[in-house]
Amino acid sequence: MDLARAQFAFTMSFHIVFPAFSIGLASYLAVLEARWLLTGREVFLNLFNYWLKIFAVGFGMGVVSGIVMSYQFGTNWSVFADKTGAVIGPLMAYEVLTAFFLEAGFLGVMLFGLTRVGPRLHFLATLMVAIGTLISAFWILSANSWMQTPVGYAVNADGQFVPDSWLRLIFNPSFPYRLVHMVLASYLTTALVVGAVGAFHLLRDQHLAGPRVMFSMAMWMATLVAPIQIIAGDQHGLNTLAHQPVKIMGMEGHYQSHPDGAPLILFGLPDQREGRVKYALEIPRMGSLILKHSPDAPMAGLDTVPRENWPPVPITFWSFRIMVGMGFLIFGLGLFSLWCRWRGTLAQSRMLHVFALLMGPAGFIAVLAGWITTETGRQPFTVYGLLRTTDSVSPLAAPAVGSSLVAFVIVYFVVFAAGVIYLLRLMAQPPHPGESGPPRNMPTRTSGITPVVEGIAQ
Amino acid sequence: MSMAIDLATVWAFIIAFAIFVYVVMDGFDLGLGILFPLFPAKRDRDTVMNSVAPVWDGNETWLVLGGGGLMAAFPLAYSVLMPALYTPMIAMLIGLIFRGVAFEFRWRTQSERNRWDIAFAGGSWLAAFAQGIALGAILQGVHVQGRHYAGGWWDWLTPFSILTGVSLVIGYALLGATWLVLKTEGALRERAYHLCWYLLFAMLSAIGAVSIATPFLHIQYAQRWFTWPNVALTAPVPIAVASIIALLLRALSNKQDAQPFPLALCLFALSYAGLGISMYPYVVPQSITIWQAAAPESSQLFMLVGVAILVPLILGYTAWAYWVFRGKVRGGYH
Repeated sequence: MDLARAQFAFTMSFHIVFPAFSIGLASYLAVLEARWLLTGREVFLNLFNYWLKIFAVGFGMGVVSGIVMSYQFGTNWSVFADKTGAVIGPLMAYEVLTAFFLEAGFLGVMLFGLTRVGPRLHFLATLMVAIGTLISAFWILSANSWMQTPVGYAVNADGQFVPDSWLRLIFNPSFPYRLVHMVLASYLTTALVVGAVGAFHLLRDQHLAGPRVMFSMAMWMATLVAPIQIIAGDQHGLNTLAHQPVKIMGMEGHYQSHPDGAPLILFGLPDQREGRVKYALEIPRMGSLILKHSPDAPMAGLDTVPRENWPPVPITFWSFRIMVGMGFLIFGLGLFSLWCRWRGTLAQSRMLHVFALLMGPAGFIAVLAGWITTETGRQPFTVYGLLRTTDSVSPLAAPAVGSSLVAFVIVYFVVFAAGVIYLLRLMAQPPHPGESGPPRNMPTRTSGITPVVEGIAQ
Repeated sequence: MSMAIDLATVWAFIIAFAIFVYVVMDGFDLGLGILFPLFPAKRDRDTVMNSVAPVWDGNETWLVLGGGGLMAAFPLAYSVLMPALYTPMIAMLIGLIFRGVAFEFRWRTQSERNRWDIAFAGGSWLAAFAQGIALGAILQGVHVQGRHYAGGWWDWLTPFSILTGVSLVIGYALLGATWLVLKTEGALRERAYHLCWYLLFAMLSAIGAVSIATPFLHIQYAQRWFTWPNVALTAPVPIAVASIIALLLRALSNKQDAQPFPLALCLFALSYAGLGISMYPYVVPQSITIWQAAAPESSQLFMLVGVAILVPLILGYTAWAYWVFRGKVRGGYH
C-alpha cells in the first residue's frame, strides 16, 4: 500500500512537470509562429525553431511518462479502477480521443513538415498541437477535480460509481477553478524558463536579438499573469473552503477551532501527533479575513474532524507555503521587470537578469508544491469523502510493487537526467540567425538566411 | 437488456480495433527497433529512424486508447487483467520509455549516441516480447475470484506465453522489414528484402506453432474451431492466410516495393481475427465475458458518441500525416 502510493507519487511527480512545460511552450510556439507569419521578421522564426527543438525533447519525455500513468491505475490501483472506471475512464478516453491524437497526429508535421506543407498548413499544425495540450488539461483536470469534489454520480449494487449526469460530473464544483489555476501555472512556468534562458544569454551579450525578444515576451507574461494567478489562486482557495474544508485546515495548520476569528499562521512546525503547530508565527484574525472576508468569522479546526480523516498536515502545510512563496516571487519579478522596462533598461539590468535566471525553475517548484498540496490535502481519500486510499489499492504482494518501484526509480533517473542535460545543453546555446528546426542527421549549418529549406526536409 | 448486449459487443469491437491499429502501427516501428542491431552503419540507422520519426508518436497513442478504453468500457476486465499481467506490463512500459526517448535523445549527443541506439533496440525488443507474453497470458486464462485477480506473481510465465512472446517479436520484425522495403532505397532496401524472406518463414512457423498450441489450452478453443457449424466460419481463416502468403512470396520475388507491407498487415489482421474467434465473448478468457465486465450503459453510450465522431477524424488526419511524409526516405543527407 505505501509502496504503491510511493510509486504513484514518484511517477506522477515526474510526469506533472513535463505537461506543465509543454502546455505553456506549445502556446508560446504558436504565438512565435503567428508573429513570424504576420511580421515576416526572421527573429521570430529563429526563436520558433530554437524552442521547437526543446519542445520536441520535453514532449517526448512527457509522452512516455504519461503512458506509464495510464497503465498504473490498473497495475497498482485496480480496485480504484474497478470502482471508478465508469466515471474516470470515459473522461480519460475523451482526453485520448480529443487531445492525445490531435497532438501526436500534428506533431510530426510541426517538427519536420514546414518545407513539405508550407507555412500556412504548418501553422495550422502548430495550432492543433497547442490546442491539443489545452484540451488534454481540460479532461485530466476534470477527472482529477471529480475525485476531489465528486457530484453527478450514483453507486450501483457492486459498489461501483456510475455516472448520473455527465454535465454535472464533468463541470464539477472545483473544476473551473483548478483548470484556470493550472493553465495559468503552465504559462508562468514556461515564461520563467524562457525568461531565464533569455537572461542567461543577455548576461553574456546584451545585443543578441533573439534573447532580447524572448526575454521581453517572458517578462510581459510574468508581469501580467502573476497577479491574475494570485487572484485565481485565492478564488480556488475559497472554492476549496466551501467543498473541502478539511484540506484548508491542513493547508492553514488549523488544528484548533477558532470561534472568534482564526489567525493566519505564517510559519511553524505542525506536529501531527500532538495536534498543534509548534513555534507558530501568526497574524491574529488574518486567516478569517482572507478566507471569510471578516476578521471575526468563526472557523472550525481539525479538532472537529475524526483523526482517521486527517490529512498529513505537515506536508500540506509546507508545500502550500512553498507554492505561495514562489507565487509572490514571480509577482515580484514581474513588477521589477516592468520598472526596468519603463526605465528602458530591460535588456541591460544585470540585477534583473540574475533574478530572472535564478527564477528559471520557480514555476516547476510552484507546480509541484501546489500539486502536493492539493493531493495530500484530500487524503486519506482517493474519491473525496467516499473511497479511501487504503481501499483503492491492488491485491498485490509487496515485493511485486517494491521491485517495480525500484525499477521505475532507476529508469526515470537515467532517462530523465539525460533528458534534462540535453535540454540544458540546447538552452545554453543562444539562438542564432538561420536557426534550424529539429535536426535529422545533424547537417552542417546551412549558409544564409533561408532556414526554411534546411534540416527538416526529407 | 438487449440494448446493453449490443453496446457491450460494439465496445468489444472498438477496443479490439484500437488494439489492432496499435499492433500494426506501433508493430512496424517496434520492428524497426528490433532490426536495429542488424544495421550497424550510422547512415542506415539515421534513415531507419527517420522513416518513422514523424509518425511514431501517433502510433503509440493507440496503446493509450486501448488501455484507457478498456478501463472505461470494461472496468472489471481492466482491474483483473492489469494485476495479472503486472510484470509484463511494467516491462513493456520500461521498454517503451527507453525507445521513445531515444527518438529525440540520439540526435542530441555525439558521444552517447551509441547508448541511445542500444536503448532504442533494447526497448523495442523488451516491449514487443512483453506484449507477446501478455497476449499468451491472457489466452491461457487468469485465475479470478469474485471481482479480483487471485493468481500468483509468476502465473503469466509459461512455455505458451514465451512462445507468443517470441512470435510477436518475429511478427513485428517482419512488419518492420516490409516497411523498410517500402520506404528505403539502394543497399538498405536490398538488405530489407533479404530479411523479409527469413522473417516470413519464421513468422509462418510461429503462426503454425501458436495455432497448434492454442486448442490444447482449453477445450473451448478446440470446440470453437473444429466443431460444426463453427467450421464454416473458421475454415476461411487458414485458407485466407495461405493465399496472403502466396501473394507475399510473389511480391518478394518480383521486388514490388509497395506490396509486402500491406500484405504483411493482412497477415496480422488474419492472425488477429483468429485470436478474436478464440476469445469471443470472453474478455478474460473462460472467466469474465464482455457483458459481465461492461461499464454501465450511460458510460458506454457517452463514449460511443465520441468514438463515432472522433475516430474517423483521427484516422483522417493521421492518414494526412502519413501522406505528407510519403515516398522513399532519402539516405544520408536530407
